[in-house]
Amino acid sequence: MTLFAVYVVNRAGGLIYQYDNNLPRTDVEKTFSYPLELVLKPQDNKIGVVFGQRDGIKVGHVVQAVNGVPVNGTLLEDGQEVLDIVSNEANYPIAIKFGRPKLRTNEKIMLASMFHSLFVIGSQLSPEPQSSGIEVLETDAFKLHCFQTLTGIKFMVLADPKAPAVDAFLKKVHEIYADFALKNPFYSIDMPIRCELFDTNIQACLEQAEKTGITNV
Amino acid sequence: MSRPNVKGLDPKKVSGELFTLTYGAIVAQLLKDYESDEEVNKQLDRMGYNIGVRLIEDFLARSGISRCNDFRETSDAIAKIGFKMFLGITPSVSNWSPAGDEFSLQIESNPLVDFVELPDSHSNLSYCNILCGVIRGALEMVHMEVTSWIVQDVLKGDSITELRVRFIRRLEDALPVGED
Repeated sequence: MTLFAVYVVNRAGGLIYQYDNNLPRTDVEKTFSYPLELVLKPQDNKIGVVFGQRDGIKVGHVVQAVNGVPVNGTLLEDGQEVLDIVSNEANYPIAIKFGRPKLRTNEKIMLASMFHSLFVIGSQLSPEPQSSGIEVLETDAFKLHCFQTLTGIKFMVLADPKAPAVDAFLKKVHEIYADFALKNPFYSIDMPIRCELFDTNIQACLEQAEKTGITNV
Repeated sequence: MSRPNVKGLDPKKVSGELFTLTYGAIVAQLLKDYESDEEVNKQLDRMGYNIGVRLIEDFLARSGISRCNDFRETSDAIAKIGFKMFLGITPSVSNWSPAGDEFSLQIESNPLVDFVELPDSHSNLSYCNILCGVIRGALEMVHMEVTSWIVQDVLKGDSITELRVRFIRRLEDALPVGED
């Protein structure tokens, strides 16, 4: 899936829209017998794998479900501590699902604000005057493209490093914003975008981008 | 009435006359609600402002224009691209002030005032005041504070509609990064 996510940040740096498109899921569910080979420890309000690696379960993955019951933080839905269940031999064999921790909405908001600040720093670091902010942030797994309009709204797209024509896609997102968000009289500028038509059109645009490989703007 | 054949109309385009009618209905209702011409002028300006702040993104998305560094570029963008895109007319830019911070937009055929006559009881009404608000709102979103007002009005006996726009200042504190 070439385009992973779309983020829209308002003039003050607050996240006003976020959509995840087919993020690669890395969930693995396996049945274990006592004793558990992986070392589990509470990490950041979740139970994470600290050491041990087998069958696709890696360090950094967190427990997502035990015996089919989803895990909420460090507790199961009925309130039992996951670590207690896992250390009790009587509960084995046990099926545990591991996966990469998914970003929660609050974390996304924080990261968007941080990016907004880095965007400004990017422009200030420039040796040449009149530089734009960060346009592309590249890692080995993805590329983040950012487009700032003249009014200060930023559109960001997380894409595959090899994805072509992401700039054209960003312009299309700008058009969709100008149409379905701004022309909606009940939408206030700089507020979170809760317009169904906007969602539908962004999703349609993402699907079209995946199908054709490039976008037909 | 003589009207061209309407059968071949694009279903997405609304008739210009409907637009004139709609605007007329708005002004008439505002007059009924507020009764004072001055108050209606203010309301029209405010409505225009709200339209302008939203319209600017559409304008930027469709025209792909980059930031104007000079008030003359701004005036050309408004007249030749903006008005053309949204009202289908091209006003002429003229009457520049010596300091280059004030200009006039002269509109010959204004779609808002087709078929309209202003009665004597409402002689203080600036019928097209919404356009002033739109320009003010749109330019504020690209960090230019301006005022605009109507100088000549077809409904008051002049031959053309003339709008004057004056540059006040650049809104430096709201400027997005990399644009100074």
